[in-house]
Amino acid sequence: MSTPNDEIVCKELVELVTPYLEDVLPTNERAAIERHLAECDGCTTYVEQMRQTIRAIGHVPHEPITSRTRDEVLAIFRAWKAERS
Amino acid sequence: MVEALKRGDDLAFAWLVEQHHAMLVRLALRYVADQATAEDVAQETWLHVLRGLARFELRSSLRTWIVSILKNRARSRATRERRNMPISEAWLATVALGEPAVDPDRFFGSANTELTDRWASAPRGVAPEEQLLASETQAVVSHAIQALPLAQREVITLRDIEGWSAADVCNALGLSETNQRVLLHRARSKVRAAVEPYLSQTDQP
Repeated sequence: MSTPNDEIVCKELVELVTPYLEDVLPTNERAAIERHLAECDGCTTYVEQMRQTIRAIGHVPHEPITSRTRDEVLAIFRAWKAERS
Repeated sequence: MVEALKRGDDLAFAWLVEQHHAMLVRLALRYVADQATAEDVAQETWLHVLRGLARFELRSSLRTWIVSILKNRARSRATRERRNMPISEAWLATVALGEPAVDPDRFFGSANTELTDRWASAPRGVAPEEQLLASETQAVVSHAIQALPLAQREVITLRDIEGWSAADVCNALGLSETNQRVLLHRARSKVRAAVEPYLSQTDQP
């Protein structure tokens, strides 16, 4: 679904944003996205919000482990140390 | 890190477990049937990590090596229990297909040929950095991730929370590059939609 002159529209761009940010698009598609972004404030904002979302996700803490799990695994560690020496 | 572990530094080991244990249990659940067995496999993995430390070479990353041990332990446990390893196809079926990244109503329809598929209601505003870290935004992000279908949740967790490369995620989850990217795209798009009101709130005048 592309327009006759191979330009992309907003609805297509939002589906290409991940391969665009991952930098895996063929050169011509990447260029088409950059041409579109140069003229479209909505999509420029969209891509920036996607980058912000990724940064926000990056600050979500790791899943914590329970103290029971920690104790069990540290017991394994102590047993290993003992078996070594 | 590896040197500290070889010396038997328990703080280094505790840190490593804190970083990776939950992820190991999640990965194990792709091979074995229940949480208790997955937890067991993860603990078994730590023992094998410790025993194998002397042979570990820095050619691969420590994490990649730990994940490969987990996969071996989980596979052999799955075989012992005569369970079939869940294949990627079945797991991928937890993904609803054909989910658009953005609500189609936000684009112009076909009535206006000039504007078809262009923004009717464009996203506005980007948030200052501190807004991203605000506890309210973080809660919305966490909640949105929890609400994702399993396969999408796994991929976004490993890529964007744990910071893994695409190649490492493909390897750990047995996904093609394309599948990995599709899952990541769907997941990120939904999280963005969920936080959009928070990003736009501080709209520039």
